[in-house]
Amino acid sequence: MRKPDISIAGDNAIGPNDPAHLDAAALAIQSVSHSYGPRKALDSVSFTVAAGSFTALLGLNGAGKSTLFSIVTRLFGIQAGHIRIFGHDIQHEPGEALRCMGVVFQPRTLDLDLSVTQNLLYHAALHGINRREARRRSDEALSRMGLADRLGSKVRDLSGGQMRRLEIARALMHRPRLLLLDEATVGLDVKARAEILGHVRELVLEQGIGVLWATHLFDEIVPSDDLVILHKGRILADGKVAFIVAKASARDLNSAFAQLTGTGLGSEGTGP
Amino acid sequence: MSAVIAHDRPAGFSFAQYLTCMNGIVWREGLRFVHQRERFISALVRPLVWLFIFAAGFRQVLGISIIPPYETYILYEVYITPGLMAMIQLFNGMQSSLSMVYDREMGNMRTLLVSPLPRWYLLFCKLLAGTAVSILQVYAFLLIAWFWEIEPPPIGYLTVLPALALSGLMLGSLGMLISSGIRQLENFAGVMNFVIFPMFFASSALYPLWRVQEGSPVLYYLCLFNPFTHAVELIRFALYGKMNWVSLAVVGGCTAVFMVGAMFAYDPSRGLIRRGPAGGET
Repeated sequence: MRKPDISIAGDNAIGPNDPAHLDAAALAIQSVSHSYGPRKALDSVSFTVAAGSFTALLGLNGAGKSTLFSIVTRLFGIQAGHIRIFGHDIQHEPGEALRCMGVVFQPRTLDLDLSVTQNLLYHAALHGINRREARRRSDEALSRMGLADRLGSKVRDLSGGQMRRLEIARALMHRPRLLLLDEATVGLDVKARAEILGHVRELVLEQGIGVLWATHLFDEIVPSDDLVILHKGRILADGKVAFIVAKASARDLNSAFAQLTGTGLGSEGTGP
Repeated sequence: MSAVIAHDRPAGFSFAQYLTCMNGIVWREGLRFVHQRERFISALVRPLVWLFIFAAGFRQVLGISIIPPYETYILYEVYITPGLMAMIQLFNGMQSSLSMVYDREMGNMRTLLVSPLPRWYLLFCKLLAGTAVSILQVYAFLLIAWFWEIEPPPIGYLTVLPALALSGLMLGSLGMLISSGIRQLENFAGVMNFVIFPMFFASSALYPLWRVQEGSPVLYYLCLFNPFTHAVELIRFALYGKMNWVSLAVVGGCTAVFMVGAMFAYDPSRGLIRRGPAGGET
């Protein structure tokens, strides 16, 4: 499924709204709004993530990315709008929706006192996966993430990059079809960032997992990616990177972003 | 697309999956408890200090008449033992809710809450896990107390188990309800002082209610309406193989109310919706 190549500032009606399109999408967000008291954090946000695609959600700090993640994962309730994951409405079929989805949150959510394997087994249990199968999957996931030699290590002894890889391994334990990562490379060095991004892109190519990658770093996005630009709670652009850049008549993504958001180039939080 | 991804799973969850989830949560709580040896030691030392020092000192001052479930005169140490058992559970319930606030601040709580199983079930399992840990602590305390000549009838060790389970659930769900309304860890210390100490001291844990009534009728009614009093009495009677029906009803009712309240508060479309994002996130 291909998303429409549209880049229109101020127009949130992106993409077709026909039910077949929304059901086929890995993630379909329709007119979602959220407020903290009088402050509006999300304003009628709509976009889709196609199955088996890598979609970057680009926005400065404070754009509303984490709020959106909290709503999609049911940590916050939906105040307005609809969210479907592979056709499952998260309000009406939360269990089915959540079991299709793996999440890596911005803050670390590992239990530092447990070992690497124990963290994975705990997550597997929360998804109803029996111990034998969980052990098999944890070995598999840790090998894939290059952590096979750290099975018994306490999580607090891991480096930041290893912790992030472990969180990704954990998010894959129940074999989701959609993976959400919220600023997964924040605080990591260049090498660790590249490794993690490489692992995630492999998952898209090799396993057909749909990925929503929230970031504020331009260098994590490549021209062939699908891109959603979120700014002050509103979607400013949605489409292929190359198309958004062309549509904005900009020379690169940085310029297009600056033009769409009205922010200066190289502003804080947008560089690597 | 790789076969690794499970596309055609049956909808819903089987009974075995629910059990696996419960085992996982209890196992994790147990591991955390084992890793935190200081928590275990302090959970034991606290009631033992009351038993060895406080009770020994007050033995001569406070006389205990024959009151049910006791059939003879008893030492003050024997009287306060059920209160100390309940105190272990009270502290454990609050400790458990403190860890929920900590988990939420540190992000660990999200792991639990994004599980596809029903939210109420996850919270119930969490409560169950906390209760199981508190019961282990109580039995460890009873073992040490036995050497201090606190010797309830052997059957009492068995009959007290359901009472401990119910009171543990009540105090755990109260802690969970409180934790749902707290956004920052620092705020919890104040709540502990406003909940634990008043609940403990305004109860029948340290002195029989008739004694309280003699001293202050107002305090007597406060104690009477304190659910912790009924947890203590439920345990006291059960430890001697007897049943206090009023206490059972009160503890059962309060457990239901606190549990529903906690689940309501942790429901994303109700309780958590009013909260803002965690620090640093938007």
